[in-house]
Parts: sequence; C-alpha cells; structure tokens
Amino acid sequence: MAYDKFEILKSTGVPLNIDNVDTDQIIPARFLKATERKGFGDNLFRDWRYNSDGSSIDSFPLNNQKYNGKILVAGKNFGCGSSREHAVWAIYDYGFRAVVSSFFADIFKNNCLNIGVLPIQVSDSFLSEIFSQIDNDSESLFEVNLENQEFIIKKLDKKEVFNISLYKKGNMSNGYDDIDYLLNKKEEISRFANKFIF
Amino acid sequence: MANTLFDKVWDSHVIEKIEDGPDVLFIDKHFIHEVTSPVAFVGLKNRKLKVMFPERTFATADHNTPTLNQHLPIKDELSALQVKTLEKNCNEHGIDFWGLGHKKNGIVHVIGPENGITQPGLTIVCGDSHTSTHGAFGAIAFGIGTSEVEMVLACQSIMQQKPKKMRINVDGELNRYVTPKDVALYIISKLSSSGATGYFVEYSGRVFKEMSMEGRMTVCNLSIEMGARGGMIAPDNKTYEYIKGKEYAPKDQEWDKAVTYWSSLKTDKGAIFDKEYNFIGKDIEPMITYGTNPGMAIPISKSIPSSDTSDSKTSYIKALNYMEFKEGDQMIGKKIDYVFLGSCTNGRIEDFRVFANLIKGKKKSDNVDAWLVPGSHKVLKSIKDEGILDVLTDSGFKLREPGCSACLAMNDDKIPKGKYAVSTTNRNFEGRQGPGARTLLASPLVAAATAITGKITDPREII
Ligand code: SF4
Repeated sequence: MAYDKFEILKSTGVPLNIDNVDTDQIIPARFLKATERKGFGDNLFRDWRYNSDGSSIDSFPLNNQKYNGKILVAGKNFGCGSSREHAVWAIYDYGFRAVVSSFFADIFKNNCLNIGVLPIQVSDSFLSEIFSQIDNDSESLFEVNLENQEFIIKKLDKKEVFNISLYKKGNMSNGYDDIDYLLNKKEEISRFANKFIF
Repeated sequence: MANTLFDKVWDSHVIEKIEDGPDVLFIDKHFIHEVTSPVAFVGLKNRKLKVMFPERTFATADHNTPTLNQHLPIKDELSALQVKTLEKNCNEHGIDFWGLGHKKNGIVHVIGPENGITQPGLTIVCGDSHTSTHGAFGAIAFGIGTSEVEMVLACQSIMQQKPKKMRINVDGELNRYVTPKDVALYIISKLSSSGATGYFVEYSGRVFKEMSMEGRMTVCNLSIEMGARGGMIAPDNKTYEYIKGKEYAPKDQEWDKAVTYWSSLKTDKGAIFDKEYNFIGKDIEPMITYGTNPGMAIPISKSIPSSDTSDSKTSYIKALNYMEFKEGDQMIGKKIDYVFLGSCTNGRIEDFRVFANLIKGKKKSDNVDAWLVPGSHKVLKSIKDEGILDVLTDSGFKLREPGCSACLAMNDDKIPKGKYAVSTTNRNFEGRQGPGARTLLASPLVAAATAITGKITDPREII
C-alpha cells in the first residue's frame, strides 16, 4: 500500500563510487530512535555528509550542487550490514526511487523492493560506464524502464537489462506490497499452522 | 532424492510457491525488539490488523537500553519512548514482553536459545541481521526488515526467494587458543564480506562437531558478515542436551517425538550444494581485523597486507585511512584504548569464562577502558554464581548490565572519536561503535590479553 507506483523513471544520477557501503553509513544507528517513519532523509549518509559540528562536507556527492536526481548510483556490495529498513526509508525519503549497483546485499535488496525503491543490478563494466557518464556530464539523463527491465544511458543510447521477478515487478508497478498478498492467504496460513507440529 | 538440511527445513515451511516469484514461508518463531518493530505496529494499526499468532512472537528491549542503572527510568527520551512503545504494543496485542529488569531480558539472540525457544527445524526471524545465530540449532533463522516484521505479525509468514546453498567444511582439529570467533573471522577473510551473498550456509566437519553450542552460535551469528542470509549446523546430541529442560523446550512425550524428528534433520549423502568450501582447522590462528569490514581480517601475528592483494584499492585505502593504519604495520603491539566484551556474537557465559580464565591473577592495564556487557540477565546471573565476577573485580574490571551496548552504540556506550577498541562484536564498520570510533574485531581471548597489556596482544604469549 505504502508507496507510489513505479513507472518509467527518467532522471539524472547521483554518484557514490565507493564499494561495500554498509547500512551504518547509510543511516547511523543513533538515528534509529524513531517510533514513526518520519524524517529519515535528513540523516541519509549523515556522517559522510556532515562534520560533527553540523557543517556540511562539500566533497561528498550529495552536497555537490552538480549532482541531483532520483537515481543513486553506488559501488559494489551496496547495503551490506544490518537489516534496518531505516536505511531504505532514508534513501526513499531523500527522494531516490532507484539504486544502481553491480552487487547488492540480500536483506537490503528485499527491503528496497518492499518499500518501493527499485534495486537495479548491472554488470561491473556497465556500472563503470554510468559513473564515467556522470563524471563527463552530470546533467546526463538515464532512464529506468521497469516494464522492459532496462536501464538506459540516454546519451550513449546504451542499455542493459536487469533482473526482477515477475511477482516483484508486478508489486512495484502497482505500488502494492507483500502484506496485501499475504492477507488473502490467511486461511491457508491458519490451516498450515495447525497441522504443523513443531 | 538426496536433500540438504536447509532444503528439509525450508521446504517443510513453504505454504505456496509463486511462479517467478518468492515462496510464501511459514514462520514458527518471531523475535522483536524496540528499534525495528514500532513502525511495523504502526503499519498494523493503519491497516486495522491484529497479530495473528501472538504466542509465536517474543519481545525484548536490548538495542537501545542503558547498561548502567537499569533500575532507574531510561534517561534518553527517545529510547525511553521506544521501549515504552514496545511495551504498549505488546500489551495491546498479547505478546510476551521481557523488558528491562525482567529476569529473561537480554539480547534477542541470546535469550531465544537460553530459554529453549530456539529449536531445530524451525523457521525463526527477527528484525536484526544477526538472527542467523539461531541457525546453530539447525533452524533456518535470518534477519528481516520492518515491512517483513509487519508481515509476520499480521500473517505469521513472509515472502522469500529461496537462497542458494553453500557448504563450508572445516575439518581436522583447531590449534590451542583458537576460538570459534577466530574460525568465523578466518572464513570471512577467505570469502570476503560479500562472498556468500545470495546463499544460505551449512557448516560441517569435525571442527563444528566438536564445538560447543555457544561456539556454534558465534559462528552462525557471523554468517551475515560474509553476506550470507544465514548459517546452520545440523543438530546432534549436544544440541538436544542444550535445549533439554529449558522453559520452552518440549516436555515428556513431546520431547521424544521432537528428538526423533530432529534426528532426521541432516544433509543426506550425495545432496548437492551450489558452492562448497573446504578448510583445515590447523591452518587457523587467532585472528584480528585491521580494516572497516569483517573480511579485512588477518592472523594476529601477521602484518597488514598490501593493497594490491585487495580487489578494490580505493575502498582499501579509505579503510586504512579511517583506521590510521599503514600497509605492512604489525598488529601486535598497537596501542588500544578500549576493550569491549559482549554482544550476541560473544556475550554468552562461555565467552565470560574464557575472558576470566585469561585475566585471572593479572591486572587490567590502566590505559584501557574495559566494558564488559553480559548478553542477558541469565548470563549475568551465571557470571555471579560461577564466581567469575570476583575474578573480574580482583583484576580491576567492572561489569555492566545486559544489552547490545557498544555493539551498535545506540545508547550511551559509544567509543569516542579516533579511539581504538578491540571488540568481540561483529562489525568494524566506520562509526559502528560511535562516530569516528575504530573497531578491531577479535575473540574474547584476544580481548582479554589486550585488556591486560593495553596493546594488541597474542593471547598465546601471556597464557
Ligand atoms: S548485539 Fe549487536 S548484532 Fe547482536 S542483536 Fe544487538 S545490535 Fe544486533
């Protein structure tokens, strides 16, 4: 229920060319104290974005005026570490709708799909091309076509197909989540629970 | 057909297989805590849903709780609110809540096993990635996100793609003073911090057979640090012995039935894994990390390897800069400011025994601040009952009260900026133990040796 339908996304990209970015970097633990899902975007990459006195670190891409857009382009093994969904909330709340990397941590990827951020896994070489494209021209446009499962570098007219299960694709494009599905299965689940002894 | 242990447990819990989609998986046991559950309850409320099987969910407060003066109200307003919210949610939905001061309170992955809730053949989830700990009993256990916590509360099931299967075999015997933590760090250093992403691991071989249940929990706990969804070890007599008589363990005839079933939970001969690794116990030495992910681990007697051996040079350099270490540095002898013993990785009674054995009759170094945090109230009680507290006190150590503490540093237990901590936890990420903190992961034995000398010390040298 919770998120907007994902259709075709055309946007510039924000580069974060670092490998093994873990969820403690995406949202440090001290910002997990909320009891509601509010305001996480402000603390996305908090310790990379701001000095401890609150001044912003200009060299960090999110603070660079040059870069903006709804697509976060990240290094390999993005989202490793904890299961905190807060990491994806922060990404979503900040305004990203898709994250591109050549490799995602499992739980992070699941969390993305559950709340409406599309994780797009591309090859290492294609990822390098995306990074160089942004490097050359930060205004360069990308297109995510969920229906065709394509990520397109518009300027080069180059694309790569990404994987997503039919089921998750359906969820993303309709904006509904697993609970909607499970709620229709409650009788079956009850039956299953009863016959299951251990 | 020959099946793996993982297949047997997983397949028996599949309610429905969705074509080109995930499996609908029934969840037997669910643990919740104050940090990742509140938004899930908000979700239930918004959808006007009840908890489907409240008796299958267990709640504790651990992530964001103080480890000093737990009898007083929590000072930090936000953490007080989180704990209160959890209590309220539990009361409203009829879930058992083991809050601060409760004798069953403690870190979620410590209390599940010690109360007999964790059993072979179950599916167990929790909104914490180290849920993999429970795999030590031959259960399928893994961490989930908050949306999934909501699913389990509402429907006692989640939707998951079945992971691929990996077997890691460690044969032979371990050298003296090599602990389960060293075995796990050794494996992660070989596979890298993403080497098992997409897989569920089964650990097999003599080393794990001979390991205690506590040790097996430490190993399974760290599965996630190489990217695996979880890790498991086939149950055996040691497993049954551990569970027997615990509060939530099956009793009488139920027990016999359970053991018969549990005994069937092993990988059949000839079953196929998608990937297999084989290691030899005697190759493993006491380990320590030098970088900012658990894969950056080396034998404690070695020096920091060259960046050329790393697959991603920029990340490697970034990590060493953060740690203020240089290629070729010796680990032994580096000055350490903090020692942390605790967490769901190494906060069980066995870890405190190991630590106490080493420090007995010696004095804590004045240069080191040592935080010793038991994994639960039961662990705390055993520490007192077994006389370990006296040993600690005689050597100049103090004990704190149970919780996650500096493992994730959500509460006040933060390692100060720039300081070095030898820590028995599971993550050495930038800032994990406090903004700017520098973490070196190691075993309780290395932590103990370091606490005595004030610098990184090979335990074999001072035993
Ligand atoms: S001790 Fe650390 S890893 Fe374990 S449950 Fe607590 S925060 Fe998670």
